[in-house]
Formats: sequence, structure tokens, C-alpha cells
Amino acid sequence: MIHSLFVINHLGDIFLEKHWKSVISRSVCDYFFEAREKAVDPENVPPVLQTPHHYLISIYRGKLFFLSVIQTEVPPLFVIEFLHRVADTFQDYFGECSESVISDNVVIVYELLEEMLDNGFPLATESNVLKEMIRPPNILRSVVNTLTGGSNVGETLPQGQLSNIPWRRAGVKYTNNEAYFDVTEEIDAIVDKSGTTVSAEIQGVIEACVKLSGMPDLTMSFMNPRLLDDVSFHPCVRFRRWESERVLSFIPPDGNFTLMTYHISSQNLVAIPVYVKQSISFFEAGSCGRLDITIGPKQTMGKTVEDLKVTVHMPKAVLNANLTASQGNYTYDFTTKLLVWDIGKLNPQKLPNLRGSLSMQTGVPNPEENPSLNIDLKIQQLAISGLKVSRLDMYGEMYKPFKGVKYVTKAGKFQVRT
Amino acid sequence: MTAMQKLLQLPVNAVNMVKTVQSQVQGQEEDKSPVLTPDSGQQAWYSALQPDELRHLRSGGTGGGGGGDQEERAPLEEGGGGGFQTQPLRHDDLKEMLDSNKDSLKLEAMKRIVAMIARGKNASDLFPAVVKNVACKNIEVKKLVYVYLVRYAEEQQDLALLSISTFQRGLKDPNQLIRASALRVLSSIRVTIIVPIMMLAIKEAASDMSPYVRKTAAHAIPKLYSLDPEQKDQLIEVIEKLLADKTTLVAGSVVMAFEEVCPERIDLIHKNYRKLCNLLIDVEEWGQVVIINMLTRYARTQFLNPNINESLLEEGGSGDKTFYGSDEDEDEDEEEKEKKAEAAAMAKRKPYVMDPDHRLLLRNTKPLLQSRNAAVVMAVAQLYFHLAPKAEVGVIAKALVRLLRSHSEVQYVVLQNVATMSIKRRGMFEPYLKSFYIRSTDPTQIKVLKLEVLTNLANETNISTILREFQTYIKSMDKDFVAATIQAIGRCATNISEVRDTCLNGLVQLLSNRDELVVAESVVVIKKLLQMQPEKHSDIIKHMAKLTDNIQVPMARASILWLIGEYCEHVPKIAPDVLRKMAKSFTNEEDIVKLQIINLAAKLYLTNSKQTKLLTQYVLNLAKYDQNYDIRDRARFIRQLIVPTEKSGALSKYAKKLFLALKPAPVLESPFKDRDHFQLGSLSHLLNAKAGGYQELPDWPEAAPDPSVRNVEVFTLLERVTTLTSVPEWTKCSSREKRKEKKVEKPFYTDSEGESGPTESADSESDSASGLESSSGSEESGSGSESEESKEASESEEEEEEEEEEQKKKKKKDLKKPVQESESEQSSEEEERKHQRKSKPRKSESESESDEDEESESESSQSESEDSESEAEVKKKKKTAESKPPPKPLKKESKKEKKEMSLLDLDDFEPAPSPQVTPVNTFLSNSLVTDLEGLSLSDSVLSPATIAPSSALKSYELLHRITGEGLSVEYCFSRQPFSPDANMVAVQMQFTNSASSDTKNLHIEDVKLQSGMRVKEFPEIELLPAGETATAVMGIDFCDSTQAANFQLCTHTRKFFVSIQPPVGELMRPVFLTENEFKKEQGQLMGMNEITEKLTLDVKCRNEHAIVQRVTTAANLSRVPCGSDKECRFAGRTVTSGSLVLVTVATKEEGAAQLTVNCEKMVIGTMLVKDILQALTQ
Repeated sequence: MIHSLFVINHLGDIFLEKHWKSVISRSVCDYFFEAREKAVDPENVPPVLQTPHHYLISIYRGKLFFLSVIQTEVPPLFVIEFLHRVADTFQDYFGECSESVISDNVVIVYELLEEMLDNGFPLATESNVLKEMIRPPNILRSVVNTLTGGSNVGETLPQGQLSNIPWRRAGVKYTNNEAYFDVTEEIDAIVDKSGTTVSAEIQGVIEACVKLSGMPDLTMSFMNPRLLDDVSFHPCVRFRRWESERVLSFIPPDGNFTLMTYHISSQNLVAIPVYVKQSISFFEAGSCGRLDITIGPKQTMGKTVEDLKVTVHMPKAVLNANLTASQGNYTYDFTTKLLVWDIGKLNPQKLPNLRGSLSMQTGVPNPEENPSLNIDLKIQQLAISGLKVSRLDMYGEMYKPFKGVKYVTKAGKFQVRT
Repeated sequence: MTAMQKLLQLPVNAVNMVKTVQSQVQGQEEDKSPVLTPDSGQQAWYSALQPDELRHLRSGGTGGGGGGDQEERAPLEEGGGGGFQTQPLRHDDLKEMLDSNKDSLKLEAMKRIVAMIARGKNASDLFPAVVKNVACKNIEVKKLVYVYLVRYAEEQQDLALLSISTFQRGLKDPNQLIRASALRVLSSIRVTIIVPIMMLAIKEAASDMSPYVRKTAAHAIPKLYSLDPEQKDQLIEVIEKLLADKTTLVAGSVVMAFEEVCPERIDLIHKNYRKLCNLLIDVEEWGQVVIINMLTRYARTQFLNPNINESLLEEGGSGDKTFYGSDEDEDEDEEEKEKKAEAAAMAKRKPYVMDPDHRLLLRNTKPLLQSRNAAVVMAVAQLYFHLAPKAEVGVIAKALVRLLRSHSEVQYVVLQNVATMSIKRRGMFEPYLKSFYIRSTDPTQIKVLKLEVLTNLANETNISTILREFQTYIKSMDKDFVAATIQAIGRCATNISEVRDTCLNGLVQLLSNRDELVVAESVVVIKKLLQMQPEKHSDIIKHMAKLTDNIQVPMARASILWLIGEYCEHVPKIAPDVLRKMAKSFTNEEDIVKLQIINLAAKLYLTNSKQTKLLTQYVLNLAKYDQNYDIRDRARFIRQLIVPTEKSGALSKYAKKLFLALKPAPVLESPFKDRDHFQLGSLSHLLNAKAGGYQELPDWPEAAPDPSVRNVEVFTLLERVTTLTSVPEWTKCSSREKRKEKKVEKPFYTDSEGESGPTESADSESDSASGLESSSGSEESGSGSESEESKEASESEEEEEEEEEEQKKKKKKDLKKPVQESESEQSSEEEERKHQRKSKPRKSESESESDEDEESESESSQSESEDSESEAEVKKKKKTAESKPPPKPLKKESKKEKKEMSLLDLDDFEPAPSPQVTPVNTFLSNSLVTDLEGLSLSDSVLSPATIAPSSALKSYELLHRITGEGLSVEYCFSRQPFSPDANMVAVQMQFTNSASSDTKNLHIEDVKLQSGMRVKEFPEIELLPAGETATAVMGIDFCDSTQAANFQLCTHTRKFFVSIQPPVGELMRPVFLTENEFKKEQGQLMGMNEITEKLTLDVKCRNEHAIVQRVTTAANLSRVPCGSDKECRFAGRTVTSGSLVLVTVATKEEGAAQLTVNCEKMVIGTMLVKDILQALTQ
């Protein structure tokens, strides 16, 4: 399946290569570089490329390209998903997934890759299993290892690999038993010039941090499970139980994991927390433009909107912006043409406003399209869909765990067309 | 530290110095593998030391050490250019570290080497030094050495062999991780010489205790195959073995191996199909993808097209027509109607019934749509797209739309697939239209794909919203995207005639856009649209003619000129004027415009030479002296063609035809059209080209291959520990087992049982619906068979009622009954059998026959129910005290319950089927088996039977001629002593070949027996010609149990699983006893060994003769003379153990009687009582 892997930085240097079958020359990447040249943005590089003898499937993560070489038919999503899993694992091990971190931990990276794939077919991808085989680096352990001659590599097969719950390691013990769940919802919306919602969806995710001893069997139920019509689960969730009773029943992995994601599609009514009044205009004469943006609360369910931020991708012709913000501050980067207005908390009494003039490049025809505004915001203690966890029960263990649920609503791909 | 070692090593170095220098002089290359030279072994070590010497030679011992240390400190800093000089030095250090005794030093060295490998630097010259450490105790060093070995073994094969013994030792290690990693490395070093060793190791690991090692073995299979394809046959054996593995850990890996080594051997899957389906949900996600993709292919070869009726109708063209609605279909209509009618007729004739295994696959994959892994979701989506009935495909849309939130690469792939799907099944994605709306932040490739989907989804109802969306897109800054949008508008306009004018007007407005690309693209699209109905749009052509004054984009100008030329007849006044203007500006135009001016001139000259003759001359003259030779050539060519001169050739006559031929309107269709002949989700589909190793998705078969190939004869519980998934697992497991049981007894339990439990109805509602549909079979017969059935059902209900009453009465009559005998149970069972028998032929393909069967069946059931009614009446007379029957609905329920019980909750003391009922389907639970096994087996020889039974022998069906494809087999217990072995029961088999072809080599294979049982096979029947009948006798030692003997009946082409199960009465042989002996023996078999039962004799069976006949028919016993005429006595011995069986029937007034059985073997006694009781009361 996956023949080789090359990791390439944004400058086009191959700084890591790994082959699971016979060695493939790194010159194969030239085809990729060609495509990279052609596509202006790194995001626009086609994920699948065909070369005379190989197929190249790549992903772009954290300014790095993970490029895999394929020789025969394989579902492309299989490879893409796996590459993302590799990047996730690096992130999990080293805190971030960047060139410097990979170079610093090249041995562990190599050991991981060796464990994750055998002959190009995924072998162990579950982070708990991997962590038992190859321990993540930390200072204390490296000191101990140098003193005792111990190693970072486990000597026995992790329990999880054989059991039918590979995500949980055996013999977990905590003094404080706690389980936290973060319900995060992101609003993806397109609002058109007149303020009507073109499309709006909610993307929800329940992230869990479970630190419980032994083998707890948890059951989470919701006040209004009917809201969730499209869900995807961590493998630990018993699907049939969900289908029949609409409760989440699972033996959790140890530590952080994504319990479920859900999607409330545009067919349902989605509340939009803010409205935007804007006018952006460019004048033919005098080569200048005017900008005026006001933001106000719409459907916030009585909560305050925080971390409000507006990002505008200005047309190339805009040289500079001379604006005044009634609240927060703005920056304009004239190389990337990015106008960022950081507002902070939304005050319903005094609506934040940004207005002023834009100076334009002379001699260049005016842009016909006004740039669209991307909104970022955050509302604490609210799941905009109305989802609520009603209770969390634990079976299988005697102790009483501490349980907590937190709700946050954020703006996802929230776009206002102008 | 290095100084010390250097000192130690120095003597060795010194010894080798001369030799090395010599080799240097000879100009041997350093990096070339020294192993390849003849005296490899030794020289390898020498040359490995080479760099060390070099350093000594070069540095002269002055700065060498220091340099080395420096390198050590900055091992990861590497200059590409200076590498060649410094590399040997550093490697030298590494070698020293590897040779040291300290693990920490070795580890450090290995880490650096691995870092080099990771960067793609050549570290091959360290091979000898590294390979020595393969046996290192430190596991991390070992692992890194493995990494190194796998990377370089191929280049240094001979040296790599040194490590093999370590791995061979590792393969025997008690630690499973070590065994597994030894196998992994052994199979990963691509050295051809060790192929036999690898083969052995794989075979051994395939039967390892640890599933993890077995998984590794599965991974090793494709490695070995790619190294040596000759091993294919042996590897297939291993694959076959591993496919039978029941652990989820192995399943994914072995299917992957299957796909790489022998994807064509689809027959290997048959036996494992159901297991794979059931395990699927617990297999790790990567395995799921592989298995689902493979099963998609499998299903395409094994099942019928669920959409067969629709697709036949669809092919009539209705699907495409609404989409690409054009006006030239009129004449085709007739033909299509015919086709449709034909298809409909075909559909009527052959109703589609989904194979339960097909359903199983669909059902078990559906939950995986909820997987967090996009690849799994996609795999299920493609499975549903390719395999599911049209009505069910819709479920995948939601999941696919969800994936659109994922990483942009995932979006890219998913959108490609959605684009293909949305052409075939537009309705599926229509509700999610808004999810495909485009954001300005999307990458261009995603935008274009979304646009594609939106275009595919456009129809009359949503086109206005889509067009409004498009309007915003057109203003985008991303010009490539704008161009794509314009094309999309063009496609919408061609597909949906209602909006054609609106689109056209919109596009015309775009002509005034500043951007060249936009204008050019719109002109091109307008040109295409106008070609469809030019006569209506002369005003647009006029408008465009006016544009020539303003538009400067050459492509657009050229397009306009082409349009005017092409349709100059529609704009007769303007065209010459345009040519006049163009002629004026000819010299300043771009080349493509010039060419179009010449074309325009030529066309006008041909249509309207009066006005344009001079202009054309002028243009051609200008062109004659143009700088561009293309234009000069064109001018010369056209002049020759259109201006008639004496020199002009034959072609000029056809000039008009050449220039003014009717050009076909371009078809604007999706680039994703017809891509679905590639399996969706595959690389080949994405590239729209066949990738290496792609397995074609086969077309549906015309007729379904034999479904019985998937039957598995032994059903064992899953090996899985169900701690976690217990809740869902249990239900799943049991239902699965039920399925299996069902399958084992295939001929009797078909799907159409409907209510009686372990079939489709238990699984899902839609299933049961389809099942019922199939069972009613109303489509085929059409003669109200449904009503017939319902009538029958009600009748059977009544019957049931009566029986229950009967039972109650009995209980009242005798509360002390030792054995719970229940007639009603039996009869309900019987009735069920009726059902089964009834439904069985339906499954078969020959319909006429099934109809017949059905009728006769229902008749018989009617008569039977009448019988029971009359019987009940008799009883009513007898018993005055009688309880009222409870209300009906309650009855129904109890009936169901009982049915279920008789099927599943196997009672230990269930009677063997009475001879009156043909099939041998009684279940025996395991507990009974053990009971019987526990009984002592004595080997007393019995005297031959003296009194042979007078009644005719009952024959049983072993193989129905439909299941047996023409071969039918019946068997009966001949009651003759089996001469080769006295402890065996003789079974006489009658083979009838009603097929059209001869059957050869009839024999028995693969006998499956409970312990202690034996079978003496009949001699092989070499030839059974068509239409002939043959008999054979085989002997079976049943060990005095009613456990079935299972075996395969083989012909030269096929194998049938059959089983023979003896009624308890056949497990004995008659013995002759005198009255005294009888009494004596009976006296010894009292208490526990005596079973007494009161009964009412059947009306027809109240004389002695009838009683004797019925008893001897039910059991192979002989009559014992008796003084009293009120008593009949019978005696026999069991065949295997020779235990005595004594039966006494004492008759009383009015048909009352008492049955006594004395037997040492209580189980046999109990069962015999039931059988005889049944024989006497019916």
C-alpha cells in the first residue's frame, strides 16, 4: 500500500524519508514540486498526483507536506486519513507537528513510523498502544534512561493490541478520578449582503478528558438527543446502544480523546449569534475607498459574545487602511492584504464600529467584488444547537468520579458576503 | 573514550594497512559493496575498516582525533558538499561506538545512523558493524538495528544472511512481541535466498497461539509474494488458513494479503463471508476499509442486482432524458416504450428477492457510516452505491456531507465521489444542496468541485437559488473559479431549458466585464448555447456584433466573428457591415482574430457575394502579405476554394458544403459522467484511469450463483472476549447463530418463515417486509395465493386452539404424568414443518413446480386440520367438563411462543420425529448428546431377529431433487442386520437421478460424527445415468443416540451436506423372548427404568392387530407371546449396547390404554414412549 513517505517543508526540502518496501529515489518528489509550483497556494496542490510509475498522495499540515508514494491501487482516502493520523500522532507525542520538532526527535519519529506501518499497511495507529511501545520523550525519562540504561521502547506487546478495546491500556490508576467533557459547537454560515442567511450548519464535537482508574463503563445521556441526526463516534462507543436508546455507552480511552462529532445540517434552523452591518466601497476617482463595519448581537440566548474578531481579505489594490475602531484595535498587513479587527467582548449597549478610508493603488482598475468578512467569536456556557448533557453514569468501578461538562460555541467558517 | 579504543584497534589496523592501501591503489570504490567480490567474507571486514585507515593516512595522526570528536558533537549537522570528505571520518567513530561493550554507546551510534537514514544519507558502509549488533540485548538498539537492516539488506544480501539465525531464534521466543518482530524483519529484508526460510516461518506463525503473531504472518504474505511470485500456491494455502481465523485482529490483515496475492480467488471467501460480515464492526478501521472494498467486489459476483427492475426501466432512457433533455428524442420514443414494456414484463416475471447474505452485508456495514475514519465512511458509501437497492442508497448522503467538514484533502476526494454519485442519483444529495455552497476561503480545487456538484444537482425547482449563488461566485477574485462558474452556468442552461434565456442574458451581461478571462469564457459559452437554437437568438448575435467595437479580448472577438459567420443568414444586414469594420482594422488584429476574419469573409462571399465580393478580395489581399504564415496559407487556401478560376480544382464546387456545413451543437456534460464504472472511492476513480493492481468491479451476474456455498457446517461461538461490546455483541451473536442454525438446515428453514423467529424478521423491519413479499410470492402466481395462505393461517390457528384445549384436558386427567408429553407441541412442530416444506420450493427457481407444491400442500393442511377438528369433537363428547377457549389474540401469542420454543429452546426430551412426518429436522441439544455419551457401551452380541416387522418401511428424504440439482436421495432403515458390523444400523439409500445429465462418482466424504459414532460407507457408485435409480446400503453406528450423522454426499461436480438422524425406534433390533423371560426381565427393570403412560387409543387402532402394527412400525421390536389378549408385549435390544427394551401395551375400556416401557437407558425409554404414544393415538 504505502510505499514510502517523504516529509517536505515549505521551502521544498525533503528532511525526512522512510521506505517500507524497497527504496524509491527521492527524485520522485520532483513531480510534486512541479505541481507545487503550478498551484499558487499550498492548499491548491492536488492531493493525488500521477507520475509515470507511481502515484503521489500528499497532505498539507502545519506548513509541512507529508507525501506518500503509492504503486498500486489503494483508496486515496485510506492514505490521506492515515497521513493525518501520522501527523496527529506527532502532535500528540511532541506537542506540535513542525519541522524542527520532527528533526529533533527523528529517532522516535522513525520508530513510530516503523510501528505504525508494516509493509505499507497500518499496524498500530491507536495512540495508547503506541505510547506503550514507544514512550513519548520527556526530560525525566531521558535522565533516568541515561542513568539506568533503560530504553524508550517497550519490551512486551501492549495489552491493548490484543484486546478488543485497543484504545484503553490496562491497569490505569489515579488518585483523583475525574472525567471532563467539552461540548464545542462551531457555526458554519454564509450570510449575504442583505443580512439573510444563505446557509448555516452546526458542527459539534464532544472532547473528553477522562482520568479514571480501572475499567469504567460510562453512559452519557442527553436531554434532547433528537437534535443529533448525524453523528460519528470514537470506536469505543457502542453504536447499537445509541441506535436503540440514544445514549452514549462506552469504556473510555485513558486521557484525551474525541468522543463524538455531530453535524446539524442546513435543513434545521440554526441561530446566528451576531449581525453585521457593513459598507465597503471603492471610488473610481481619487483612488480611495471607504469602509464601515458595525457588529451587533442577534440570537445570543442571553450570553455575552467574546473574542469577537473580523478578518477581511482585501483586494490586491488596497495599499493601506486608515481606520478608527470604536472598540478594540485593528491591524492591516499590506503584504498579505489582511485586515484584522480584534474587538473582544461584544457590548450590546455600545455596538463596536470600524470606519475609515482605504488608500488604493493608482492606475489599477477598481476591484469589482467587495471582500467578504470572516467572523470569529466565542460564547461560553452555551451550545447554540440547544444540546445538553443530562447525566453521566459510571458502572464497573466502585469509586465516585468527579464529572464536569463545559459548553462553548464558536464561529467556524462564518462568512459575511459584501 | 575513543582514544582507548583506537589504541586497542590499532594493531589490527596496522596489519590491514598494507592490504587496504593496495586496494585503494587499485581504485576500488568505497561505497561499492565489497561483498560482491569473490573473497567476500573477509574482505568485507577489511573494507569496513577502510575509512579508519584513510583517516590515519590522511591526517597523519595529527588532528584526526579532534576532528572526530567535533563530528560527534554535531552529528546532525551535515553539509551536502563537504559530505564526501567528512563522511568516512564520522562513520569511523560510529563504528567504534558500535563495537563498544556499552549499550548506551551503541544506542547513541544507532540513533545517529537512523537519523542519517531518515535524511536519506547513505549509511550502507556501516552494514557490517551494525549487523553484528542484531543480537544485542537492549531492545531499542535491536529495533534500530532492524530498521537499518530492512533499509540496506537488499543492497548487501550476503552480509544480511549473517543476521538470519538471530531471527530464526527470535521466532521461537516465548515473548510474542519478539516472535512477531522477528518475523516482521525476516520478511522485510528482501533477500531472495531466504525465501524458503521465510515460507517456513510464515507457515509456522500462521498457526501461532498469539493472534498478534498471526497478524504479522498475514502481513508477511504479500512481502514474500512480491519477492518471489512463484510461491503463490503455497501462500494461498496460508491465506486460506488465516481467512478461517476468527479473531478480529487477523481479519483485516489477511484480507489485505488476499487482495494483493490472489484477488481472483473469490471462492476462498465463500466460507468466510458471513464471518467477515459479522466481525466487521470490531475489526480495526484500516482492516474495515480493505474488507469492505473486497466484499463489494465479492457481492457483485455472487448476488443479483437489487435494482434489476429499475435499471432495466432506466436503460430505456428515461433517466438521461430529463437531464439532457433535447428535442430529438421523439423518434426514439417508440423503441424505448417497447423496451420499457419488455423490461416491465421481465420484472413481473422474475420478482427480485434479495439474498439474505446480501442483506447481511448491507446491514452490518451501515453502522460504519458513523465511523470517525473518513476512509471507512467512504468505503461503506461506495458499497451502498454499488450494492444497495436504490431506495436505500440515500443513507450515505448524510455521512458524506459530514466528511466535507474534514481536512481539505478529504474534501477533495469526497467531492470527487459525490460528483460522480450525484449524476447517477441526484435526489440523494438534493436536500444537502446548501452544504455545497462555496466560501471565498475554500481552495480553488475544492471550489471547482463544489461547483461541479451544484451543477449536477440543478433542476427546475432549485435552479433559481443555484443561479443566485452563481451570481455571487462570478464576482469572485479567483478568476479560475469565475471561469468555471461561467461554464457551470452554461451547463445549467443546456440542461434546463426553462432558464436558458435567463442564463443567456446573464452571460451576455458578463460580456461587458473588464476581465478578459470572464469575457472570453462567456463568449465561448454563449457561442455553445446559441448553437443549440440560433434562430431564436438573432438579437443576441446582433448584440454581440455591436460588442466588436468594445471588446478587445482576442478570444472573445474571434468567437463573435465565428458566430456571425456561422449564422450570417440570421443577421444578413449586419454581417457585411461587421466585415467592413474588421477589414479596416485587419492589420491591427491578433492572429486568431485575423483567421476568423478570413473565415467570415469566406462565408459571406459564399452566401452574399454581391455585397461582400470586394471586401473579401480586400481581406484576402491583406492576408496574403501578412507576417504570419498561417494566415498567408489560410488566405491562399480559401481563395482557391471560393473564387472560381479556371485553375481551381474539383473542391471549389463543394465550397459551400465545406464552409457552411451544419455544425453539431456541443454537448456540455460533466467530466464525471460515467466515471462510476470504476469502483468509487478508488484511486482509479479519482484519476479516471486504471491504476496498477485495480480490480475491476464486475457486472452483476445474470443469475445468482449457488448461495449454499457460503453455508458453514460447524458453528462455533466467536472467540472474542465480549467484555466491552457485550450489550450489542450478545444480541448480534445469538442472531448470528440463529442464522447459522438456519443455514445448516437450509432445506427446511427458509426465509419465508416470517413469524417463526430466527430469520429476517428478527433483523430489521424492512427485511421482514421484503421477506414477506417474497414469501407471499403473489407476483408470480397472481392467483390469490396470498388469500390462500391467510385462510390457511386462520385454520392453523383454530387447530392450535383445539390442541391447546386437548392439552388442558389431559392435564386434568392425569396430573402425575412423568414426562411432559404434549401433543400440541408436536403438532405445532409438524405444522411448522408444513410451512417449511411449503416455503422450500419457493426459493427454488422452477416456479411452476412450486405452485403445484403449494397447492397440494395447502390442501393437505386443510384436510389435516379437519382431522384434528373431528378428533377434538370426539374428545368433547367424552369430556363434559370443558373450559372455554380464551379469546383469540391471546391465543395467537401463545402460539408464537410455543413455536419459538420448539425451534430454539431445545428440550432434552423432544421426541424424535414420528415416521409419519418425513424430514429429519429434529434438533438435539448438546446436553442430550452428552447424556447419551455417558451411557455405558457394552458389546453383547445379539441373536438375529426372528420376527421381522410386517409393515412397510418408512423412507425419509436425504436430498431433495431441487437442492440436489436433479439428484434426489431417499433413505430408509431397512431393519436388516448390517453384515459387516453387527453394531451398525443398516441404512438403505435410494439415489434417483432426475437430471438431464449423468451423475458420476457418488460417494461419501467428510463424515462429521459425535464421538463414538462410526460409519461404514457404501461403495462408490461410479455412474448413475440420467433417469436411473440406484440403491446402496451403508451402516451407521449411532451409539444408541439419536444424534445425526453428518456427511457430504459427493458427485463428480458437487458436494451436498446431508445428515441422517435415526428415530429412536430404529436404534434397536428385535429379540425373541418367552413370556417368562419377559416377566423376569421386566421385574429387573423397575423403578427408574420403567416409564408408564396413560393414553387414549386412536379410533382406528382399537384391535390387537392394529396396535401391533403401529408399534412395530414405530420401533424395530418383535412381539412377545402373551397369554392375556388385553396386553401386547414387545421386546428388543439396542443396537450398540444391547440393552433390553421391553414394551407393554395394556388396553382397557373404550380405547383407554396404558403403555409401559422398561429400559435400562432412560433416555431411550422416554423417547420411545413418546414415539409409540404418538403412533397409537393418531
